[in-house]
Amino acid sequence: MTGVVRTTGLLKRYGPLTAVGGIDLDVRAGDRYGFLGANGSGKTTTIRMLLGLVHPTAGQIELLGTHRLPDALRQVGAVVEQPASYGHLSGRTNLRLLDASGPGGDRRTRSARIDDALELVGLGWIDRRPVRAYSLGMRQRLGLAAALLRRPRLLVLDEPTNGLDPQGIREIRELLVRLNEAGTTIFLSSHLLSEVAALCTRVGVMDRGRLVLQDQLEALGGPTGRIEVRTPDVAQAAALLGRAVAAADGTRLLVTGHDPAGLNAVLVGAGVRVEHLAAERHELEDVVLAAAGAAGERAGAA
Amino acid sequence: MIAVELAKLYRRPRTWLSLALLVALPAMVAFFLATTDIAPRPGTGPAFLSAVLSNGALFPAAALAIVLPLFLPLAVAVVAGESIAGEAQDGTLRYLLTRPVGRTRLLLAKLVAVMAFTLTAVVLVAASAHVLGTQLFDASAPLPSTSGTSLTTTQSTWRTALAVLYVGWSMLGVAAVALFLSTVTDSPLAAALGAVALLVASTVLVGLEAAQSVRPYLPTRYWLAFVDLFRDPVLWRDLVRGTLLQGVYVAVFLTAAWANFTTKDVAS
Repeated sequence: MTGVVRTTGLLKRYGPLTAVGGIDLDVRAGDRYGFLGANGSGKTTTIRMLLGLVHPTAGQIELLGTHRLPDALRQVGAVVEQPASYGHLSGRTNLRLLDASGPGGDRRTRSARIDDALELVGLGWIDRRPVRAYSLGMRQRLGLAAALLRRPRLLVLDEPTNGLDPQGIREIRELLVRLNEAGTTIFLSSHLLSEVAALCTRVGVMDRGRLVLQDQLEALGGPTGRIEVRTPDVAQAAALLGRAVAAADGTRLLVTGHDPAGLNAVLVGAGVRVEHLAAERHELEDVVLAAAGAAGERAGAA
Repeated sequence: MIAVELAKLYRRPRTWLSLALLVALPAMVAFFLATTDIAPRPGTGPAFLSAVLSNGALFPAAALAIVLPLFLPLAVAVVAGESIAGEAQDGTLRYLLTRPVGRTRLLLAKLVAVMAFTLTAVVLVAASAHVLGTQLFDASAPLPSTSGTSLTTTQSTWRTALAVLYVGWSMLGVAAVALFLSTVTDSPLAAALGAVALLVASTVLVGLEAAQSVRPYLPTRYWLAFVDLFRDPVLWRDLVRGTLLQGVYVAVFLTAAWANFTTKDVAS
């Protein structure tokens, strides 16, 4: 059993409006899954359904191998949209109250677990000041600490680096990778491609309530079947390669082919000076936009 | 979960502020009465107040009558209206529910916390009034019943305790309405004001001769029936009706709160 999050035909309608139109998510154990989509594409509604906050209109959710959501949620840590806590209480008190609220928070280990979680997110130094006085970045970290309190098997994070400075973003990203390597599956939603590209191993793309793309990041960023060549001798190279040249501009050529090394040998052998030569790879952004665009056209045609 | 909710309630400065205000109003009344010696004429002003000058032991009952029309229900409505809607507004509701805390459990814990607050409020008012009554006024005379005969100390203690419970139970009706509204809206203010609006409407109709046909079913109709506990013998009729009527309100609105909250999409 390697499915951590599996949905079949997950659907949510609000009156006549379809927020999530029957999606089949497949997040596997050990994934760092990036859930991409513009605002209003149905990401948050989907996450809320996974966490039992919103009741699906139709469809199945299987979380950590069970259809019984409350059981599964014991092993899930979540940060949904903005972090939230009781502003007049300290960070530690907030964590203590939250831990005591539900199942699985052993009282004897509570203080130690709180210290560990705060240490992990870089808040080990916090004092007794109330959360009201925290910066957005500190609240974000506190929210993450709350999600980590019981060593969850699955972390569900909605825009986790929101409000952090570049240094903080880097720290949190490294923390997530460490947790993931220790066995935690990470499901992260974001509207920032760069964030997902920097962190995730697998992506799902939402567009207008549909899951238009779901694949390994590597597969998406695979070779396009063209080779990019930069050379001052563009005319000479173009003449040499003939119909293999797919495009040329200035000092740059795109050549159809799968063998960069062989192409390099041919060019150099013919006396063409080569500055740069590499297989062209799909840009994640293009793939995502293309998937969303195609889905949009289908929706428009229907 | 219940312990957590109680901790949240009693760690909030606002809780203590509203309790302090509740105690302050009767204290102010007692202060003015004691310094001026001007008692309201019998039959005017809050119940019992005219008799307090001659016997301070009646002051707990008088204090309850002072806070009952507005202060007490307002405080209870604010705390109960805050319960779910407050968590929704702060955004903490989604973290509680994904913790996961069962919705029924959460609602029950909130209800217990509201009941604890109500009881604390009523007991504090009665206890502080007892202290004030015996300190500021002459309390050596035996307690007169409103029927003219005297009550023994045991009798009056029991009756005051029953009055505290009866007022507390009446407030639970308010709490149930506010709790229900608290599951409907994400604004604690709207939930509290909604419950208060219902009470004001009910009070207006109770005083309206033309609304006689619905009067027995209005939530505030029997609130002041605790006065009957100080008659000799106790006049049980309105007390029993009031207890049953509040029971119906509590049952209906708590069921509605439960039905709404457990099936609701949490979008806050």
